[in-house]
Amino acid sequence: MSTTSTTQTLPTNASIERPRSGTWDGGNEPFKASYGKLMMWFFLLSDAFTFAAFLTTYGLMRHRHLAYTGDHKDFVFSSAYWPIPDHVFNSFPGLHGVDLPLAFVALMTMILIFSSVTMVLAVEAGHRMDKADVQKWLLWTLLFGATFLSCQAWEWSHFIHGTDAGTKMLDGTIFYGANLQMNQYGPVLFADLFFFITGFHGTHVFSGLVLLTYCFIATTNGTFEKRGHYEMVEKVGLYWHFVDLVWVFVFTFFYLV
Amino acid sequence: MAANLPTQSQVQGGIGVTESHTKHDEHLHHDEHHDQHWLFKYVFSQDHKVIAKQFLITGIFWAIIGGTLSSLFRLQLGWPESTFEWLSPFLGKWIEAGKLNPEFYLALVTMHGTIMVFFVLTAGLSGTFSNFLIPLQVGARDMASGFMNMLSYWFFFISSIIMFASLFLETGPASAGWTIYPPLSALPQAIPGSGLGMTLWLVSMALFIVSQLLGGVNYITTVINLRTRGMSMSKLPLTIWAFFLTAILGLLSFPVLFSAALLLIFDRSFGTSFFLSDIYIAGQALNHQGGSPILFQHLFWFLGHPEVYIVIMPAMGMVSEILATNSRKPVFGYRAMIGSLLGISLLSFVVWAHHMFVTGMNPFLGSVFMFLTLIIAVPSAVKTFNWLATLWRGNIRFTTAMLFSIGFVSLFISGGLTGIILGNAAIDIQMHNTYFVVAHFHLVMGSAAFFGLFAGVYHWFPKMFGRMMDEKLGYIHFWLTFIGVYLVFMPMHYVGIAGFPRRYYAWTGFDSFSQFADLNKFISAAAIFAFVGQFIFIFNFFYSIFRGRRATENPWNSTTLEWTTPVVPGHGNWPGEIPAVYRWPYDYSKPGAAEDFIPQNVPYSKTQSSNLPYERDME
Repeated sequence: MSTTSTTQTLPTNASIERPRSGTWDGGNEPFKASYGKLMMWFFLLSDAFTFAAFLTTYGLMRHRHLAYTGDHKDFVFSSAYWPIPDHVFNSFPGLHGVDLPLAFVALMTMILIFSSVTMVLAVEAGHRMDKADVQKWLLWTLLFGATFLSCQAWEWSHFIHGTDAGTKMLDGTIFYGANLQMNQYGPVLFADLFFFITGFHGTHVFSGLVLLTYCFIATTNGTFEKRGHYEMVEKVGLYWHFVDLVWVFVFTFFYLV
Repeated sequence: MAANLPTQSQVQGGIGVTESHTKHDEHLHHDEHHDQHWLFKYVFSQDHKVIAKQFLITGIFWAIIGGTLSSLFRLQLGWPESTFEWLSPFLGKWIEAGKLNPEFYLALVTMHGTIMVFFVLTAGLSGTFSNFLIPLQVGARDMASGFMNMLSYWFFFISSIIMFASLFLETGPASAGWTIYPPLSALPQAIPGSGLGMTLWLVSMALFIVSQLLGGVNYITTVINLRTRGMSMSKLPLTIWAFFLTAILGLLSFPVLFSAALLLIFDRSFGTSFFLSDIYIAGQALNHQGGSPILFQHLFWFLGHPEVYIVIMPAMGMVSEILATNSRKPVFGYRAMIGSLLGISLLSFVVWAHHMFVTGMNPFLGSVFMFLTLIIAVPSAVKTFNWLATLWRGNIRFTTAMLFSIGFVSLFISGGLTGIILGNAAIDIQMHNTYFVVAHFHLVMGSAAFFGLFAGVYHWFPKMFGRMMDEKLGYIHFWLTFIGVYLVFMPMHYVGIAGFPRRYYAWTGFDSFSQFADLNKFISAAAIFAFVGQFIFIFNFFYSIFRGRRATENPWNSTTLEWTTPVVPGHGNWPGEIPAVYRWPYDYSKPGAAEDFIPQNVPYSKTQSSNLPYERDME
């Protein structure tokens, strides 16, 4: 077993012959990204599959139910067919009784997209090592994110309480709003999926807010400044953009299609 | 040559984890003496080698539980007429008037499957060897994130505790089969095991998935970012390729099981109807409307099929490595081996519905899935032929690890051939849910993966514990297991072809199956015999940790980097600089070389007598 000696004398020889040093030849970061950023990307890939499974479930369930075929104007809620979103999500806080299809959710979506813009600005400020700017833009992101979540809370609460008139159910009673077993808008699964998928997305937004709060505190304390980089802000930024992107899909599935 | 015993500082040398990955290549002074509290050195350790051993020992614990459960239900299947009063001190109220409770029988089958597939062959196999070998073989100080790696184990640990606790519930553990199809798993009224037992199953699996995710992102990132200088992707040992692709499969398929589990939790606990529709139970109509139990099967098998490759691919990688080392020959078709692993990984995501041929799916769709399924035979055959060609005219050393690796190839062929039969939709409709299926997957994925696990333990034990396992006991263990496995699963094919359905408590009610009474008795006896044989391994394992013959640095004369570390590497793996890599990992018996192996870290300038023409340029 002479290898032991071979291997141990090796370092002295290393200067004579260098190992290859191409992009994928080891000893470097082939994607020019730190391990932490890579991990975030892979986590997001994984999380994308979780959401994809839920949205597939939505698609399949919707496919299993009848679509409303009559005239748009004559639409009434019924458990016999999938509801038209314009008629379910048509209210706006403070404007009771006004028919404003998708106006509120459009506002919510805009707010969330704005929060992505401010997140980009926070990351950019981190690259410049500008502590004050990072704080400012993180705070804006937090504000927009929290506003989005509050809007969702209003949207849920309105969905749960229902319309003034309610809907006459199959057994003849009038039912208002929605829960996981019954709803006035359409088939049981319509509300089940609404609560489940927007709730799962909302949980992600909430986790994002927790992470952003951490980043804000750490920035304020100068933790990142001492570390010499704001990579944590960048990683949380990746997550935040992902959550925004998922909302675009959720929005499309529930409100537009 | 006398063993090079590690110095105290090498054994105890710890490093700060952040240091280890930020500066992994220029880091020279890692073996400074850091005194660590034993709690952080052995229990809450961030050292990948300690975490690997934690996974291995937890896996062994689970394997004993899983094996015991199978012995219990084999007793029932083999001797359905006898009384099991003697088991009542052990099983308590599950023995009723000398008979095994039929619902508990289903719980035994369910938990045996769950434990073996997830806790032993996923966490115990890939958790152990991905953790142990990735940093050592790519030349890294540790995993990318030691902290997340530690969390990965502890999530698995909590998940294990919950699953183990569910075995002792008043209503019994989950009983709907390891595939937990609703509506059976969704309705506590349907079977007692679908009560609290199922809830704990789901909670435990959710935590298990978190553990897999934490481990998986670590494995992938470590392979991408922490390879040592010169270790290109085409110089990686096949083990690393296998672990890398396994981690990717887990990363992409486990989240879908997570989705399915979450939806099922809502159906069970919060009254939603995702998987339930139009159900009458005990004359009562349930509220649930509009859902689809078939959807659950799609979501489940989107994980479930890649899962069988998550189980088998690490074994394939280790077997390739061990066969080459002990045949003293380069592995045959290195690039084809990588290509076939990639092919299997890709195909594993598009074949899931072959588990669902009898769900009433459109026959055209069935034929698409059948076509894709049968294509998997191609990369599998490439691998098999390459293993055989690696053995061909090799200078074979029959170490215990080598025997188990050859056993793996044998089982993979025997079980794989019936896969081609079952992959055909038309035949599968006949065979579905019979013992033919049970025999098939126990050979090709269960036993084969177990053989890979054993081979890995015997082969890398010296690096894990600095001692050798006993060879004689190893041989006895191998022959008992190898013969035992074939005696158990070969006869099952016959029972299955005759149509005997799996998961049945007893076959005595069916005249057509009574002729198999002897065969069933035989299978049961063989199963219990093979299970008891495993205690030889367990004895050998624990005895050798403390009393085994001391190992040398490179007992198998192997070429990969883990054998360039001290006998017992400290935290940080190499006392000095991490070796650089110049050549592929399979330079065995190279003509002109002084030895019959050239480690990866030997430059071409030192091996001028054996360099091939194109390698002379690299001198």
